Amino acid sequence: MDETKKIDLKNTEVRELNRMLQKRDGNNFNYFNIINPMGAHAIATGLDNEIDVLIDGHVGYYCAGMNQQSIVTINGNAGVGVAENMMSGKVVVKGDASQSAGATGHGGLLVIKGNASARCGISMKGIDIVVGGSVGHNSAFMAQAGNLVICGDAEDGLGDSIYETVIYIKGNYGKLGADCIEKEMNEKHFLRLEKLLDKANIKDDPKKFKRLGSARKLYNFDVKNIDGY
Amino acid sequence: MRKNSNGRESYLFDRATIADIQRAANDGIYKIRGFGAKRKVPHFDDLVFLGASVSRYPLEGYRETCGTNVDLGTRFAEKPLSIDIPITIAGMSFGSLSANAKEALGRGASSVGTSTTTGDGGMTKEERGHSTKLVYQYLPSRYGMNPDDLRKADAIEVVIGQGAKPGGGGMLLGQKISDRVADMRTLPKDIDQRSACRHPDWTGPDDLEIKIRELREITGWKVPIYVKVGATRTYYDTLLAVKSGADVIVVDGMQGGTGATQECFIEHVGIPTLPAVRMAAEALKELGMHREGVQLIVSGGIRSGADVAKAIALGADAVSIGTAALIALGDNNPDLEEEYNKLGTTAGFYDEWQAGDDPAGITTQDEKLAARLDPKKGGEKLANYLKVLTLEAQTLARACGKSHIRNLEPEDLNALTLEASAMAKVPLAGTDWIPGK
Repeated sequence: MDETKKIDLKNTEVRELNRMLQKRDGNNFNYFNIINPMGAHAIATGLDNEIDVLIDGHVGYYCAGMNQQSIVTINGNAGVGVAENMMSGKVVVKGDASQSAGATGHGGLLVIKGNASARCGISMKGIDIVVGGSVGHNSAFMAQAGNLVICGDAEDGLGDSIYETVIYIKGNYGKLGADCIEKEMNEKHFLRLEKLLDKANIKDDPKKFKRLGSARKLYNFDVKNIDGY
Repeated sequence: MRKNSNGRESYLFDRATIADIQRAANDGIYKIRGFGAKRKVPHFDDLVFLGASVSRYPLEGYRETCGTNVDLGTRFAEKPLSIDIPITIAGMSFGSLSANAKEALGRGASSVGTSTTTGDGGMTKEERGHSTKLVYQYLPSRYGMNPDDLRKADAIEVVIGQGAKPGGGGMLLGQKISDRVADMRTLPKDIDQRSACRHPDWTGPDDLEIKIRELREITGWKVPIYVKVGATRTYYDTLLAVKSGADVIVVDGMQGGTGATQECFIEHVGIPTLPAVRMAAEALKELGMHREGVQLIVSGGIRSGADVAKAIALGADAVSIGTAALIALGDNNPDLEEEYNKLGTTAGFYDEWQAGDDPAGITTQDEKLAARLDPKKGGEKLANYLKVLTLEAQTLARACGKSHIRNLEPEDLNALTLEASAMAKVPLAGTDWIPGK
């Protein structure tokens, strides 16, 4: 159905909202507009439908958590763990995101137009995250797979104990985390980055970015690496 | 023996300690092993039941009913998990265990109407397919975590810690990271995998409350949510977990098993199960939720029906077993003595569950070894064992005059040692004295 279903969280419980968005009430709307979110937690979590959800305002913890298929746009800032464990679909934060944005995400695309706080992309497992601004400390901590694009700067601990996630960063980074190193950027990487920026609808020049990834020295226990543990 | 030796072995530097030092000097890494704490700590053996006599009367052993069922998650869940016996199978991962072992656990537990639990690494089709009641663990690593499996679960267990290593994360060494395990965990093959010790997107009880609410939103408020902690500050942990919205509290004492952990962690962190049960029950009583509202599951060193009955008498609603379940499947079987000898050990001592060369085919990802475990036969053995535990616990409950195992209470117990009396807060046998009271 092309009509947009408008839901005012001033007079609707989050539990009822998610019931609608998860289609457990049998509705056939494809477009939803949520107003007055007022920082409520767990808005639009557990979605598994090809629907568009536009949220006008700021959201609390875990907005769009474990998202599958849906496109969720937040016209505001997002609290802790936006799009945590996302499997597929797309989540866009027009403002800034708090810590652990995109944590453990397995797939899909998370776009943060503003800045992201600490631990952005922590334990990410295949999700692509594009941050228009800067990220806080320990971003991509234990990141396993997927791509983290940072158009601004990163604080200390970037990529600590990283596995196979690839980090692209345009600005400066502080002290890198254990086993994270800067790597060569070739044409293949420029092309990949260009695609990621296009998907995120963020205009930037891939040639200005650096690539970071795992040195793979901590993959197996070795007393010689004790300084890294 | 030299003439000038007095023939006395040092207490501080006994042969085992000397061997540990020599091993560390040779290998340059801490000792990692499976199993649980091996040193003697106060346990349920230090308690005895006060069977009925003149002041109480017992129930007939084979004629009068003694109920064993437990409803878990009656606080918020639309569909509480009902089990027929008060013994569940604790979380153990595919990766740490073979697929056949997970299937056997599912078969055995299901045949007696109880639940099994996933582990670090996600849900396998073998365990979902063969477990009629399956608890899905939500761990810091979130390996294999996805909303589809979450919705297939009969309960969710948010794991904050385990008894073998409270404050530590999971560990799976490279030799057990097969293609399938690596794929499920989105990790490179053959690496030494170290799971995170903290959840990546919440810290503290206020966040946990929001996290639990998110999990309920994703699963439509249908299934119970457990919170599992390793036994340390158990009284406060229980209070906070209940405040955070848990339906069920799972407390794992220091004797709880592990697939792979540093030995110094296994033996030196956490408190025994004995005081932990009492502390958790006290917290629930203070909140008015003991035996009504929030259920308590206790694990860590449960071996017999006597342990089951004593844990319940001290306040648990049910217990979980891990190590004992693996032994029931065939771990440390003397029939495999020759093979244990080849590994430099002997049946009854084997604890190298991290190594991946388990001759019993349980703690391995080697296909040839894993094929040795027949999941049907293993399931039958486990079912037998669970039935025996239940019968034993019923026997003791009847002797105390209880028509349901849950009616056992601390008043039915005495302690044999001062330590057990102080920890369990039941009187020292022959006295009405409890240290500290």
